[in-house]
Amino acid sequence: MAELTMRDALNQALREELLRDERVFIMGEEVAQYDGAYKVTRGLWREFGDKRVIDTPISELGFAAIGVGAAMAGLRPVIEFMTWNFSILAADQIINHAAKMLYMSGGQFNIPIVFRGPNGSAYQVSSQHSQALEAMYANFPGLKVVMPSTPADAKGLLKSAIRDDNPVIFLEQEKLYGTKGEVPDDPDFTIPLGVADVKRQGKDCTIVARSLTVPIALQAAEKIEKEYGVSCEVVDPRTIKPLDIDTIVNSVKKTNRLVIVEESHQFCGVAAEITAQVNEKAFDYLDAPIKRISSAEAPMPYARNLEAAALPDVAKIVAAVKEVCYL
Amino acid sequence: MASKIFMPKLSPTMEEGQISRWLKKEGDEVQLNEPIAEVDTDKATMEMTALESGVLLKILVPEGASAKLGQIIGIIGKKGEDISQILAEINSAESAEKTSFEKEPAQPLETAETVSEQPSTSTTTVEDGRIFVSPIAARMAAEHGIDLKTVKGSGPGGRIIKRDIEQLLAKVEHKKEIPAVLPQVFKPAEATSVSAYREEATTPMRRTIATRLAQSIGPIPTFYLTVEIEMDRAIEFRQQINTRLTEEEKVSLNDIIVKAAAMALMKHPFVNSSYRDDKIRFYEDADIGVAVAIDEGLITPVIRKANRKGILEISREIKQLATRAREKKLQPEEYTGATFSISNLGMFGIKQFTAIINPPEAAILAVGSAMQIPVARNGNVEIHSIMHVTMSCDHRVIDGATGARFLQTFKQMLEDPISMLL
Repeated sequence: MAELTMRDALNQALREELLRDERVFIMGEEVAQYDGAYKVTRGLWREFGDKRVIDTPISELGFAAIGVGAAMAGLRPVIEFMTWNFSILAADQIINHAAKMLYMSGGQFNIPIVFRGPNGSAYQVSSQHSQALEAMYANFPGLKVVMPSTPADAKGLLKSAIRDDNPVIFLEQEKLYGTKGEVPDDPDFTIPLGVADVKRQGKDCTIVARSLTVPIALQAAEKIEKEYGVSCEVVDPRTIKPLDIDTIVNSVKKTNRLVIVEESHQFCGVAAEITAQVNEKAFDYLDAPIKRISSAEAPMPYARNLEAAALPDVAKIVAAVKEVCYL
Repeated sequence: MASKIFMPKLSPTMEEGQISRWLKKEGDEVQLNEPIAEVDTDKATMEMTALESGVLLKILVPEGASAKLGQIIGIIGKKGEDISQILAEINSAESAEKTSFEKEPAQPLETAETVSEQPSTSTTTVEDGRIFVSPIAARMAAEHGIDLKTVKGSGPGGRIIKRDIEQLLAKVEHKKEIPAVLPQVFKPAEATSVSAYREEATTPMRRTIATRLAQSIGPIPTFYLTVEIEMDRAIEFRQQINTRLTEEEKVSLNDIIVKAAAMALMKHPFVNSSYRDDKIRFYEDADIGVAVAIDEGLITPVIRKANRKGILEISREIKQLATRAREKKLQPEEYTGATFSISNLGMFGIKQFTAIINPPEAAILAVGSAMQIPVARNGNVEIHSIMHVTMSCDHRVIDGATGARFLQTFKQMLEDPISMLL
C-alpha cells in the first residue's frame, strides 16, 4: 500500500494494464507528449511509445470512432476525453455504435472500450464545462457507467473497466484528482464493476453519494452525528450501471430514511432512478419521503458564489437529513 | 383566525394539569403574556399565560377539571369570530380517541413555543377519516396490532412516523412491567357492601407520588441499613452555635444532619450516584433533597452543593424553601434533580422508619427522633440521646459494605461534630 493521489492511482492502473495486455492502448487530446491535460497519462508515452499512447487532433467524433473500430478489430482502446463535456460531440459513436454493436451484429462484435475523463463541476469553468453527464449515458442499454470517489476505487475500477469486454463510461472528477488515499500496489488488485461500498456505517439515515459528493456526504455525516446525535450510513454505489441496488436497499431497510446526493441535474437523474427502485423494493421500510439533493435546475453559473450555490454542500445535506429524520 | 389554547408543560414531571381557577372568563380581552388561568400541576400551582392577544372565546375545560398535556383547554381569537369549525374538529378528534384501546397520552411538550405549533399534529390525522402514516410506521403498527386511529402523528401534517409507534410501544412495554395482579388482590368482595364510603378525585400530586413510588419499589432492588447514633455532642454543638445567633437564625438538628450527610457523601461517591443501565453517574456535589410535609402531600426542595455550604447557610435555605413549599410557590428547578435525600420524622416522635428512594437517586436517609435512653457503657448504665437512622440503598450501585461505610462516616461526624470542620 502506498498513499497516492487519485491522479497517480489512475496513472498506475493505466500503466499496469498497458504492461499486462499489449492490446491496450490510450488515445486522446494531449495524452502523449503533454502527459495529459490533467497529467493522468504522465510518463506513459515515454515508456510505451507512439503505438500505445496516441495524441489526436481536436476531433472527438473522429477519435471515438477510431476507438470503436479498433475495438471491433480486437484491440482494447482507452479513449480520454479532455472533459466529458466534449464527449457530447462523440455521442453518436458512444451511443449509436459502441453501445449497440454487440446487439446489432448478432453477438459478432463486442466492444471492449473505455471512455474516460473528468466529469462534473470544476473551478469556475461555467456552463459548458461543468456538466455531470452520468444520467444521460446510464440511460442507454449497452453502456456501463463507473464513478469512483477514492484513489483506491479509481485504480481498482479502472483496471476492471479496461478488462471488461463491453463499453465502459468511466467518469472521473477534476476536483478529486488531487485527493490522497491508500492504494494497493498489487498489479492484480481490481474492484468488480457493480459493487457498492459502504463508506461509513450508520443506523438512522442512509446517504447515497457518488464521486465528488462522497467526501461531502462524509463531512456532513460527521457534523450531523456531532450536532444532532443522528448516525448516517454513507453508501457509494461506485458503479452507476449496473447499479448495486441491493446494498442501498439493505441500508434503507436498516435506517428507514434515504437522502441521495448528486452533482448532476435532478430531472430524470440517477437519484430519481434510485428513488424509484427503493420505492419498488423497500416501500414498507420507509419512514419519510426520499430526499434528493442535485445541482440547480440551471446552466452552471460562472460567478463563484452562484456556482457554490448551485452545487450540493454540507449544509444542504444536513438540512435534508434533518428533514427525513423529522428533526 | 381563532387559535386553540393547549395545556402547557409547567413542571418537568407533569403529565396533566388541573385548572384551579380561570382568571379570565369567556368574552374577556386577553393580552399576550397575560395570566389567563391557574393550573395545579403535580407539584405546584402555576400561572398560565396567553401566547397571543385577543378575546377568550371559549373555555373547554372548567375549573376543577383536569387536562392532559397538549389537550385543548380553550379558544382565543377575535371578538365575535365563528369557532364552530374548530369545535367540530375537536369533537371529531375526541370521538376518534374514544375508540382507542390504549389511549396515547399527548406528547410531552417542552415549551410554550412548541405548544403553539402543535395544532396540526393532534387533529389532521383523522380529518376526513384519512390517516397519514409512513410505510414503516404502518407496518410496525400492523405487526403489534396497534389501531392507527389511536396514534397521534408527530410528523408533518400529523403524519404518523416510526418514532410515534416506538414511543407507544415503549409505554405499553412499561405498563406490562408493573404487575397487573395488585388491583385483583385489593378488589373488594362484590356481594355485600361493607361500609358506606365517599370518593374524592385524586390530585395530580397524589398521582405523581403513587406512580413514582411504585416505580421505585418495583425496578429498584432496595435494602436497608440502620445505625444508632449518639447525639449528645451534636445537641451540645447546636446549642453552642445557637447562642451566637438571633432567634430567626437558630439552626435545627436537622440542618446539622444535612451538613454531616453532605460531608459524608463526598467521601463515599457511590452513595452520591445514580444507576443508569449502562453507566453509573457520580455527582460532584451533594444536592440534598429535604422532604417537607405540606397539606396535600410532600415535596423535597433541594439544597444545592450542601457540601460547600455552612450550617447557617443550609439552615437559612431550608427555612426559606420549606415556607415557599407550603405556599406551593416552588419553581420546578427548586425541587428536582437532587443527588441524595433526607426524610426526618423525628419531630413526630418516630423512633425509626424506612423511606422510599426517589429515583434516579441511589439512596435516602430516614431520620428518627433523638431520644434519651439508658445505655450500657463500661458496666454502667448511662443516659444518652440516641437517634436511629435508616438508609434505603439502591443495590444496583450500593453494596452492603459501601452503605455501611457511609453510615460509619456519617455517625462519626455527628458523634464528634468538630470533625466536620476538618
